[in-house]
Amino acid sequence: MLLPLSWLKDYIDINLPLQELARVLTMVGLEVDGIQVVGLPLPSEDEKHEFKFEGLHWPADKFVVAQIDEVMPHPDADRLTLCRLNDGSGELIVLTGAPNLFPYKGKGPLTPSIKVAYAREGAVLYDGHKPGFVLTKLKRAKIRGIDSFSMVCSEKELGISEEHEGIIILDMEAPTGMPLVDYMGDAVFEISILPNMIRDASVVGIARELSAATGRALKIPVRQVPSSGPDITGNAFVEIRDPALNPRFALGLIKSVEPKESPYWVQRRLRLAGMRPINAIVDSTNYVMLETGEPLHAFDYDILVKRAGGKAPTIITRAATEGELLTTLDNVERKLDSNTILVTDTAGPLSLAGVMGGLESEITPETRNILLEGASWNFINVRKTSTRLHLNSEAGYRFSRGVHPALATWAIDLCLERMQQWGGGTIYQGLIDNYPQPPVDPEIKLTVADVKRKLGIEIPPQQMAEILTRLEFECQIKEDFIIAKTPPLRLDIGTDEIGKADLIEEIARIYSYNNLPETDLADDLPPQRNNASLELEEKIKDILVSLGLQEVNTYRLTSIERENRLFPKDLAPDLQPYVRLKNPSAPERAVMRRSLLSSVLEILEKNSRLRDRLAFFEIAPIFLPVQGELLPNEPRRLAIAMTGKVENTAWDLPESRLMNFFDMKGILESLLQALHLDQVVYEPATNNSMHPGKCAQIKIGEQIVGLFGELHPKVKENYDFLTPAVLVAELDLETLIALIPARFESISVPVFPPVLEDIAIIIDEEIPSDRVEALIRQTGGKLVTDVRLFDVFRSEQIGQGKKSLAYSMTYQPQDHTMGATESTALRNKIVKRLERDLGARLRG
Amino acid sequence: MIEKPMIIQELEEIQDTALEALKKIENEEALQNWRRDILGRSSAVMSVFSNISQHPKELRPLIGQVANQVKQTLETALLDRSEIVKEAAILQKLQDEKLDVTLPGRRPVTGRYHPVSTVLRRIYAIFADMGFQVHRSRDVESDLFNFELLNIPAYHPARDMWDTFYVEGEGVVLKTHTSPGQIYAMRKNAPKPTRAILPGMCYRYEQISARSEIQFNQLEVIAVGKNITFGDMKGTLNGFVRRLFDKDVRTRLRPSYFPFTEPSAEMDVECFVCGGKGCSVCKGSGWLEIMGCGMMHPVVLQNGGYDPTIYSGFAAGMGPERISMLLHKIEDIRYFWGNDIRFLEQFR
Ligand SMILES: [Zn+2]
Repeated sequence: MLLPLSWLKDYIDINLPLQELARVLTMVGLEVDGIQVVGLPLPSEDEKHEFKFEGLHWPADKFVVAQIDEVMPHPDADRLTLCRLNDGSGELIVLTGAPNLFPYKGKGPLTPSIKVAYAREGAVLYDGHKPGFVLTKLKRAKIRGIDSFSMVCSEKELGISEEHEGIIILDMEAPTGMPLVDYMGDAVFEISILPNMIRDASVVGIARELSAATGRALKIPVRQVPSSGPDITGNAFVEIRDPALNPRFALGLIKSVEPKESPYWVQRRLRLAGMRPINAIVDSTNYVMLETGEPLHAFDYDILVKRAGGKAPTIITRAATEGELLTTLDNVERKLDSNTILVTDTAGPLSLAGVMGGLESEITPETRNILLEGASWNFINVRKTSTRLHLNSEAGYRFSRGVHPALATWAIDLCLERMQQWGGGTIYQGLIDNYPQPPVDPEIKLTVADVKRKLGIEIPPQQMAEILTRLEFECQIKEDFIIAKTPPLRLDIGTDEIGKADLIEEIARIYSYNNLPETDLADDLPPQRNNASLELEEKIKDILVSLGLQEVNTYRLTSIERENRLFPKDLAPDLQPYVRLKNPSAPERAVMRRSLLSSVLEILEKNSRLRDRLAFFEIAPIFLPVQGELLPNEPRRLAIAMTGKVENTAWDLPESRLMNFFDMKGILESLLQALHLDQVVYEPATNNSMHPGKCAQIKIGEQIVGLFGELHPKVKENYDFLTPAVLVAELDLETLIALIPARFESISVPVFPPVLEDIAIIIDEEIPSDRVEALIRQTGGKLVTDVRLFDVFRSEQIGQGKKSLAYSMTYQPQDHTMGATESTALRNKIVKRLERDLGARLRG
Repeated sequence: MIEKPMIIQELEEIQDTALEALKKIENEEALQNWRRDILGRSSAVMSVFSNISQHPKELRPLIGQVANQVKQTLETALLDRSEIVKEAAILQKLQDEKLDVTLPGRRPVTGRYHPVSTVLRRIYAIFADMGFQVHRSRDVESDLFNFELLNIPAYHPARDMWDTFYVEGEGVVLKTHTSPGQIYAMRKNAPKPTRAILPGMCYRYEQISARSEIQFNQLEVIAVGKNITFGDMKGTLNGFVRRLFDKDVRTRLRPSYFPFTEPSAEMDVECFVCGGKGCSVCKGSGWLEIMGCGMMHPVVLQNGGYDPTIYSGFAAGMGPERISMLLHKIEDIRYFWGNDIRFLEQFR
């Protein structure tokens, strides 16, 4: 809502500095997004700019009201005129090319003279000829041989609007010589209207809030002069088919009004409020809508009479039939559905109720007689219609949020009067008012205790009533409660407990949130419990970060094409179920991901040329639709992707090894070990995304918790990587977390010395190394506390298809010192077992 | 008086010459050679002992005594010289090993947290101290939980506040805020009191720009009980803000509107960069918008399983990315999901 300050002052005497006023408005819930000054001074440079300011100041000595007494032709230029102008300090000649002065050219001295906005030499204003708003300073120059140093201004030059077709012609009453800023200096507040405060999408509404906040009196505009014309009865009839759709429909009538230009001050106000002035008839409906918040609609009465075959028209309001057609005044034929409410007559649809008028009955330059509609509509239907037809009108904006039906007749009365003032004519007496369904304005009992329970402060009934009365509630004050009746201008107050909450909000808002006390929570503390899944997830992050991995957070929205990069081109699946958006914002963000690894790999790829070593992980959900269920499964996953060098290079260590399968395995081993998961088995596995010989799954007990390996060369091709190997892992976090023991037991530090022994065996290439280790441990039992593979060796000497594995073993007896005999016996036992079970041969 | 035997004179000469030579020795190797030549088994001094029987019997004690003295003198001198040589060698070694200490060190690889994780942990920790516990909830949500139960019926004007992503199927959306978690958390606890924080990823249909993203984290705080007031909300949130910014920052509350709270407010924090004087971070206003909050709407309390005539509560919502942006002067919200290593590396 754009609120011109001058307009606001019609309804409340308020003289606060602009920033202070903006602060008061913001603090009652009318947030000021910016202030456009139109003549008034801007805050000085050293003052704090709490609000965004824009616009042009008109210093009193540079901009004044002037009068043009004669418009004379320019001797050498047809498109220019010379004006004999008086700026209050004397007469001078001013050059202008304004087309709206041409009609006066060569007509001799003018009576009455024309009042204009005049800028003296040295004035800084906007350049009317440049696009946008560019400042320029008026300097002395010769134009076509005539001295020029000052000018009569257009709205654009003064920063009132974009209008630069001609100069401003002020109303006749404007006093010559008066500083322009005093005559019409203004400031426009850009205010965000909250969805529950649609009543304040109006100048009176905002004035009411200010009145409540400041205690200053509100001057509500009402029609001044009763009509003296004929009675309206019999000139039109109204039929409401469904009061639930149309609780009220009222009509006023004015005849012989002329659609001429409105007075300049009206046009200026409308422009400042963001509306385009058209003529006195249309302007008065828009003016009253902005003033009261009630959108009005003017019909050309003669057209309605013609459609009714020369008789008094009957207006019928009803739901549209499916597929019914209406051409709206923007000349678009609209196909309607049954959610749309129509204003029709006996000949068919006239307008989209509450949204937009029809073309046929619109106001034209020939219109003289006006039937003026003030109504109220079901906001849901208005909303559905404007959403479906993408029609954003000022009327639709208000009606779709709920306008109280009581405003209709007040607004019609005001509008008829303004129409007559600005366009002449005769107002008919009375209104045709069909009001089948007045809303119940809730009456709420609110106790001091209710308020204290929510706000933490006792506000006496007198004070509660005072605040609400300023918002026009009717209040009865009782001993420790009030009864407040909602004023017939708002629909946002509920009943019972909701009504109480609504009133408490009103009281708190006007009392000011910042005046309410600040207290510490004194209520019972709920039972405190651990959140194991979150805490373990955070622990996993800690471990991975300590292992040198960088955490990333990626988009959960992706596209199927992006995810399919995770498979060789010839193997990409095409029938996986996805959570798909109905209204994606971009094709590459159209589905919820099924793979976390795919997201992390994209990030690895994106950074692949920036660093020698990259190691990323993410913990986040994936989205798996479930047949027959409304909502998908959202299991959390851990994905890791790494490539490049093992270590950072340095000045004396220029080369570092590249990461391979075992670097990834080492990370996972360290992670699982740190989580006290000991019974972990790594098994060869296959997966379309992975190198068939460099892929393993992680098994803990019977559970498979994840898969890791080197990216398949055909998959790597789908990405832009320069490094030879990309290592990836994806773990099922929830399964993993469920396996983590809640606690672990420590082992006493041994008292007796350990015995260390190395052993090297030769076995078949096909035998996995973990079988050797398992066998050593099994054979050694509790005595063998550590087995570490320290060398893998192959050579011709050893033989084709064979490998040598060297282990270092730690024997740790708990209750005695192990002697040479015992350790040799143990060693022999282990070797025998390896020979027997694995066909191993002790290496020399 | 017996004349000094020849051998004694010789010994004295050997001693003088040897001591002279020793003085000039600078390294361990020459020292060992000197030791071999002068005190070795076949040296002149040592051979005096082995050949003592060649001398007259009466002279033997004297010769023996002198030879012993010479031997001792030479041994002592050797030890002394040896000390000096060792010390010099150490000094030389230290000299030779001198480094250019300004050369860069070798850095081990390090891991880091994503900045959003860091800020979330900080928020969790502050609220945990006040007894608030984390409840997480799903991303793909039903219209019922995302809107209806939160007092936002279909076609309610408040629905305009969210540009919603709709999922194929009837009544499914990507959650537009973490508020559905309010219902889950309350239903889990009611009628016992609830103190919860609800973090989660939210989604809004937007044009992605430096200021807006289609996905963003939100974090809500709720407290429900029998005696919870607007004043408690102010106290709790002010306490949080003071700890978050590690400063006694001023705050203010402006009336606002959310369908699930009433009264509703926006909380502004006095700009911690300029102290409220106005700067580029606060765009000159001196205030930073930090969160929305309010007293829980009776309908929401009811839907959460609490009788609104007995129970009351507050809710507040904030954007972890926005807080991170304010704390670290991050200019572009797209950096968070862009994951450029040059951005991430800064959050050490
Ligand atoms: Zn600042």
